[in-house]
Amino acid sequence: MSGLRVLVGCKRVIDYAVKIRVRPDKMGVVTDGVKHSMNPFDEIAIEEAVRLKEKKLASEVIAVSCGPPQCQETLRTAMAMGADKSIHVEIDLATYEKMSPLHVAKLLSKIAQDNKVDLILLGKQAIDGDCNQTGQMTAALLDWPQATCASSIEKTNGDIKVVKEVDGGLETVKVKLPAVVTTDLRLNEPRYATLPNIMKAKKKPMEKKKPVDYGVDIDPRQKVVSVEDPPTREAGQKLDNVQDLVTKLKEQGLLTS
Amino acid sequence: MATMARTLSMGRSLRTVLAKPTRLSVPTRSCSYFPINDTLYNLSEEQKQLRESVFQFCQKELAPKAQEIDKTNSFADMKDFWLKCGELGLLGATAPSEYGGSELKYMDHLLIMEEMSRASAAIALSYGSHSNLCVNQIVRNGSKVQKEKYLPKLIKGETVGALAMSEANSGSDVVSMRLKAEKKGDYYLLNGSKFWITNGPDADVLVVYAKTDFSTDKPQHGITAFLIEKGMEGFRPGLKLDKLGMRGSNTSELIFEDCKVPATQMLGEKNKGVYVMFSGLDIERLVLAGGPVGIMQACCDLAFEYAHVREAFGTKIGHFQMIQSKMADMYTQLNVSRSYTYNVARALDDGQILPNDCAAVILYTAEAATKMALDTVQILGGNGYINDYPSGRLLRDAKLYEIGAGTSEIRRLVIARAINAHYR
Repeated sequence: MSGLRVLVGCKRVIDYAVKIRVRPDKMGVVTDGVKHSMNPFDEIAIEEAVRLKEKKLASEVIAVSCGPPQCQETLRTAMAMGADKSIHVEIDLATYEKMSPLHVAKLLSKIAQDNKVDLILLGKQAIDGDCNQTGQMTAALLDWPQATCASSIEKTNGDIKVVKEVDGGLETVKVKLPAVVTTDLRLNEPRYATLPNIMKAKKKPMEKKKPVDYGVDIDPRQKVVSVEDPPTREAGQKLDNVQDLVTKLKEQGLLTS
Repeated sequence: MATMARTLSMGRSLRTVLAKPTRLSVPTRSCSYFPINDTLYNLSEEQKQLRESVFQFCQKELAPKAQEIDKTNSFADMKDFWLKCGELGLLGATAPSEYGGSELKYMDHLLIMEEMSRASAAIALSYGSHSNLCVNQIVRNGSKVQKEKYLPKLIKGETVGALAMSEANSGSDVVSMRLKAEKKGDYYLLNGSKFWITNGPDADVLVVYAKTDFSTDKPQHGITAFLIEKGMEGFRPGLKLDKLGMRGSNTSELIFEDCKVPATQMLGEKNKGVYVMFSGLDIERLVLAGGPVGIMQACCDLAFEYAHVREAFGTKIGHFQMIQSKMADMYTQLNVSRSYTYNVARALDDGQILPNDCAAVILYTAEAATKMALDTVQILGGNGYINDYPSGRLLRDAKLYEIGAGTSEIRRLVIARAINAHYR
């Protein structure tokens, strides 16, 4: 059996170390002049795909990113880590800000079909929106099986065995290929791009596409009403006894008197 | 929920920070870094990626150990770290790919030096010594046989490199060196010693300058470079020196007692070592300037954050004018230093070796780094004066750059001579 063709989603997000600030117009967060990097879960997905290739289980790793031109930096990182080629679906910033997981899922499913992909590896969520939806929606659109939040991925003949951490322990899911798998934190530890590979990434092919090339309509289906800072947590109160507690709860109307 | 997810998803860099056993009661530095605008410095896409990759690597693999390295004056995981540096392609930054090198430019090497110094200036000094002073000198001056013999292992990190120029009585006045190399048939007999040699106790391969001719009119015309290996009969490193700063970057004396060195170990031509030395010294000064620049960045990372955490009179101290004045000056000096350093590096990559600018870059950045580290100590106040915070280490490490690779005094002399030469 020849190796798998693996498609990996690489979202460009605000770097994890950056303190997020709400925009003055309350319609989003400040992104201008803010450090961005690859979504850490997507980094894990790329690492896993590259490892599959190193084990000769995958034949080609394709990285894809949807968004403004700067996403190409993210794709170069993916290629420096070992992806063979990449696809940039260019979307202007204003449109991109209004995009939701469904739009991305539609694009990903088209790209997967166009490229005859066997396995789609995605981060379980992006650290900006924390949606945790794209993988599931992509699987649904393609009518492929899905295994989410993988903490280990093993390829058996024609199947993928995925282990995921759940509250009670470990859950094992077996899916038939083609499939969508999303990655969790403990799946692997991504490598650092080596210097020679950073230089080589420049020469790897990057396809530039538009949503229309895939016939995907990315008109917003949702409207942002307002983006707010989370409320600052206030200090609690220490009470002497249960009686005081009951009184307080009653005062707040949290307990019927 | 979002906050929790963020904590969980901080990936490789934070994982180590979270996993680290908390030995200190004082909170150590959080992952706050003052941003660097690479576009302002005209870095290419690859250079931006290079900085990011080296930054992630050094902040994860090195920065958490910097305090311990300084305290104990040793780096227990040195061997392992060196191999990892080799894997990433850092050790042979400017070496040809046929020997395993990364074939980068001096500008790229400078960025690596800067990012590593930001994490641990001491280990970065050892790195500079290995990758530039030793590896790059072999690349520039070695024969094919010498390159094939030494470079692959040095570049993989299996061996450690060093360069030895100074002697106990011959520092700034380096051409007055006394290490004697006498020709005896097909080998040379070396007698004498070298002092303050970075990587001395650990080095497997050393570029050593010795006097092959004491009878020349000009002392510089009798110098020859040799490649010395650890274990050569009659050669041994002295004890590790106990330094003010750069602790954990091991420094020692090198002792030669009737050390037999085959003539094939000569690096470059006989009695032409001074050319190997001085052209190498210009490049060395430039690449090492990444050291003070990285220290200055670390000062800003630390002090700016602290000024926005620490309160006095109910206000964050960063909002007091006297602290603001310091922060503004620090920011400006860092950017000025970086701009000049990068420009000279680019000129070097275009084939212009500018000795007075190489000297000026390290003169300026070294003094600025010491001053900035002092300001950092001051901003941190009482906390700046205790070793639970890195400010003291930054200060002690910074001072080295006013001394190593030529003192500030020698650098001024080099620059002024170049100016005077215009009016001869």
